[in-house]
Amino acid sequence: MELRGRAWKYGDDIDTDVIIPARYLNTSEPEELAKYCLKDLDEDFVNKMNEGDMIVAAKNFGCGSSREHAPLAIKAAGVSCVIAKSFARIFYRNAINIGLPILESIEAVDGIDTEDEVEVDVESGEIRNLTKGEVYQAEPFPEFMQDIIQVGGLINYVAGKVDK
Amino acid sequence: MGMTMVEKILADHANREEVQAGELINAKLDIVLGNDVTTPVAINEFNKIGVDEVFDKERVVIVPDHFVPNKDINSAEQCKFTREFAAEKELVNYFEIGEMGIEHCLLPEQGLVLPGDTVIGADSHTCTYGALGAFATGVGSTDMAAGMATGEAWFKVPETIKFVYQGELNDWVGGKDLILYTIGDIGVDGALYKAMEFSGEVIENLPMDHRFTMSNMAIEAGGKCGLIKPDQTTIDYVEDRAQRDYKLYQSDEDAEYEQVIEYDVSKIEPQVAFPHLPENTRGISEVGNVGIDQAVIGSCTNGRLDDLRLAAEVLEGKKADDSVRLIIFPGTQEIYKQAMKEGLIEIFIDAGAAVSTPTCGPCLGGHMGVLAAGERAIATTNRNFVGRMGHPESEVYLSNPAVAAASAIKGKIVSPKEVI
Repeated sequence: MELRGRAWKYGDDIDTDVIIPARYLNTSEPEELAKYCLKDLDEDFVNKMNEGDMIVAAKNFGCGSSREHAPLAIKAAGVSCVIAKSFARIFYRNAINIGLPILESIEAVDGIDTEDEVEVDVESGEIRNLTKGEVYQAEPFPEFMQDIIQVGGLINYVAGKVDK
Repeated sequence: MGMTMVEKILADHANREEVQAGELINAKLDIVLGNDVTTPVAINEFNKIGVDEVFDKERVVIVPDHFVPNKDINSAEQCKFTREFAAEKELVNYFEIGEMGIEHCLLPEQGLVLPGDTVIGADSHTCTYGALGAFATGVGSTDMAAGMATGEAWFKVPETIKFVYQGELNDWVGGKDLILYTIGDIGVDGALYKAMEFSGEVIENLPMDHRFTMSNMAIEAGGKCGLIKPDQTTIDYVEDRAQRDYKLYQSDEDAEYEQVIEYDVSKIEPQVAFPHLPENTRGISEVGNVGIDQAVIGSCTNGRLDDLRLAAEVLEGKKADDSVRLIIFPGTQEIYKQAMKEGLIEIFIDAGAAVSTPTCGPCLGGHMGVLAAGERAIATTNRNFVGRMGHPESEVYLSNPAVAAASAIKGKIVSPKEVI
């Protein structure tokens, strides 16, 4: 899977409350959630980003709540992937489960600036900064998680295994 | 090589002799939990799997607790959707208003979670049950859906960091202060992807309610779970509640830890976490002059009976400052009733508090205590992120119930010593 878009860069410990504030959790419609994506961090985010753009952040992205509304809002807003130095555990798991590509790479985050044009190969973990002409490497997912991603998320993976 | 507690519990649930940190395994689940925010998403995913029934009608637990009693029409629709699913699937443990409590106070109280269990909950504070010696971890709605369908979940077996607490606790220092101090020390990603094991003589002497508070906030350090070795205190808590067998696990002497961190608790004073991260902790003597508009006592972190008793000890015969809105919400109906019997509720109301039915509302800025721009709250809850309790320009300070109560009286953050 090849992804391409501009980067929007943020700092450490971007928590689920700023990704999708609790006051919007009285719905689970992805399109509705998408309107408020990153609202309490960057009021303007959903207006200035384009389909395919990427979120780049430092350590512990997605810390806090288990709300799957957080990766759902990001995905429904049209963000193609999130690149961070590290992810909070539940967010990491949720992103894989719903099929939102995420990549961990310290060098990519250090190298990429806001509005850089970036290309990502999800399978190999290669991240190319087209603006700066640099290439970074993220650790590819373990095989088991690649299987989940390949079938389009955990539900499809499980549906293939249960007796109906 | 010996195994840690978490390795032993997961090995048994994966039907294996042994597992090692780093392995990906499939484990059987004893309980799958959801609330009114996370369950609707899980139901939609569950329906895509193509099974008609949940894996076990007694082991899927649903507690609408976040936006109830419903704060608006959308919340009511979410709860209705959840309620109808529970009825259709004939779930035994669906808790309606009037009997429900805040999920992480309610499940242990009802004996639904027991030592040695493996539990996933679509709520990050599911790690609370580690205090009983269970492996319990927060997941999202899709995991909840898969868990409801199959009774299994995949896990990466975590490495364990062992925390050892020694020494004599100072006055007004309890489980909340120990965990805030720990998070302040290692940071909000200090235990990322790892199990935290709380041990030492201080933990062995710690009452159950304080243990729940510590395990509850393991997620605030990034932890996958926060485990405490079950002992006589645990057995005393569960023996009259348990309706099925349970198993006590403990780490082997020669278990391999990723790290061992030791604390002398005699150096720890009541802690306050400053905005906007739970790691921004300071001792109460270093807080300075921080005025508050609201004090909130309750939540899955500190809404248990011992917490209310502490707050009442400070508030008895006194009044919250005119500038402070004091909100107290017991964790469950049982806790509420017991607090009434002990006269705590009367103390709270006489102190000027609004006492609420159990709800997660105030903790996450949902309802029943939302902050305006520029306002400050001290809260016994678990998070002080930007906008956590309302307006993105409001501030939340975290503390134990005694500090929150004393601060309500003074109108600024102070030690209980200043009012007693």
